[in-house]
Amino acid sequence: MSVKHALLALLSEGPKYGLQLREEFESGTGEVWPLNVGQVYTTLQRLERDGLVESDDTSEEGPQKGFRITAAGAAELAGWLRTPPDLSSPPRDELVMKVLVALRVPGVDVHEVIQVHRRYLVELMQQWTRLKEDEAEYDLSLALVVDAELFRLDSVIRWLDSADGRLKRAAADKAAGTTAAPATPPAPVPLPNRRRRTGARG
Amino acid sequence: MSMLELQGVRKVYGQGATAVKALRGVDLQVEPGAMVAVMGPSGSGKSTLLTIAGSLEEPTEGEVLIDGAPLSRMSRNARARLRRRSIGYVFQDFNLLPGLTAVENVALPLELDGIPGRRARATGKQVLDDLGLSDRGNQFPDQLSGGERQRVAIARAVVGDRHLVLADEPSGALDSVNGEAVMRLLHEACKRGVAAVVVTHDAQLASWADRVVFLRDGRIVDQTAPQADPESLLSTPGQTP
Repeated sequence: MSVKHALLALLSEGPKYGLQLREEFESGTGEVWPLNVGQVYTTLQRLERDGLVESDDTSEEGPQKGFRITAAGAAELAGWLRTPPDLSSPPRDELVMKVLVALRVPGVDVHEVIQVHRRYLVELMQQWTRLKEDEAEYDLSLALVVDAELFRLDSVIRWLDSADGRLKRAAADKAAGTTAAPATPPAPVPLPNRRRRTGARG
Repeated sequence: MSMLELQGVRKVYGQGATAVKALRGVDLQVEPGAMVAVMGPSGSGKSTLLTIAGSLEEPTEGEVLIDGAPLSRMSRNARARLRRRSIGYVFQDFNLLPGLTAVENVALPLELDGIPGRRARATGKQVLDDLGLSDRGNQFPDQLSGGERQRVAIARAVVGDRHLVLADEPSGALDSVNGEAVMRLLHEACKRGVAAVVVTHDAQLASWADRVVFLRDGRIVDQTAPQADPESLLSTPGQTP
């Protein structure tokens, strides 16, 4: 999360004080991202140094010091909003690694490992859903944040479901002697060797 | 006492070498006011579990108790009465009768149970009002959107003195906003004391439940723990998106 750009966005509505920025940041993100006041002032100092914001009175630090966005700050904000986050290369996902490792460890049932993670993720989703049910009806920012988290967790569960099914089919094929690629080693090739070749997808 | 209890329920379709074991010994209890979601992949036995719980199909072995009463000891007529009076069903494809208006669809189970038409329709209208469909009561199903049709189906499932609602992929092909509205309605029914079982492969739907059980190859293999306070999500470092 870019605190810098969130503060620029708040200042694009008009001049504001530091404490006010902190309060509006938290309420605008459904109060899911706590922010301490020190972080706000450090970020504002950097923004001022870079010419992206201006302050009322450079001699006086504190809660009564007001800030406003500059033309350069507005341009920076407009550019940031339209710059896609880096999703082009696959992240080094710990859960994917755990499932791949579970395949190679003798005596470990990979389906049981998958279920442990599936259950944890569903429990987490239950908590987010309860939060949405209780509060998000009246708080649009919170509803958007909670939805984003639910979709993210849901996608991880879908991957686990898909992995579960794929591994079952692979085991059934192996038992039936119809392995699709008999020349390759039975266990998957370790991921790190392949990562460099995965490249940009997008 | 549980509103629904399954004890060692097995279900086998066919015989001999071609027999399919759909359920292999399922124990499940659903208390009044609780929503339980049953998650599992296709072929895990989810829909079979629901039809047996709803007395639409009989188990090969084991017992189903509704509000403490074992189904196996009931006459055919008593089971039919139980299905009309106490159990509401919500299906993926809504199953509304196309020749009846929304309010007539909702009132139908009451009328089948002998309640006079005018009273049944008044009760049906009240439930539609509660679900935000006050102005849609006189529309026919093909005049309603998908989301509205499913809300009518939920109204029909909870109308009267129903204590148990059984739902099979209740948000079906609805988009996520309408799907959420459906689950919100079901959960509100539970807060009024209805017990609900929702079978789904969709984690977002299942996450509305108080408890999620995981079905694999006809067996319950796992279930979620009692829920932590959701406020903890807002204060735990590393849990933020």
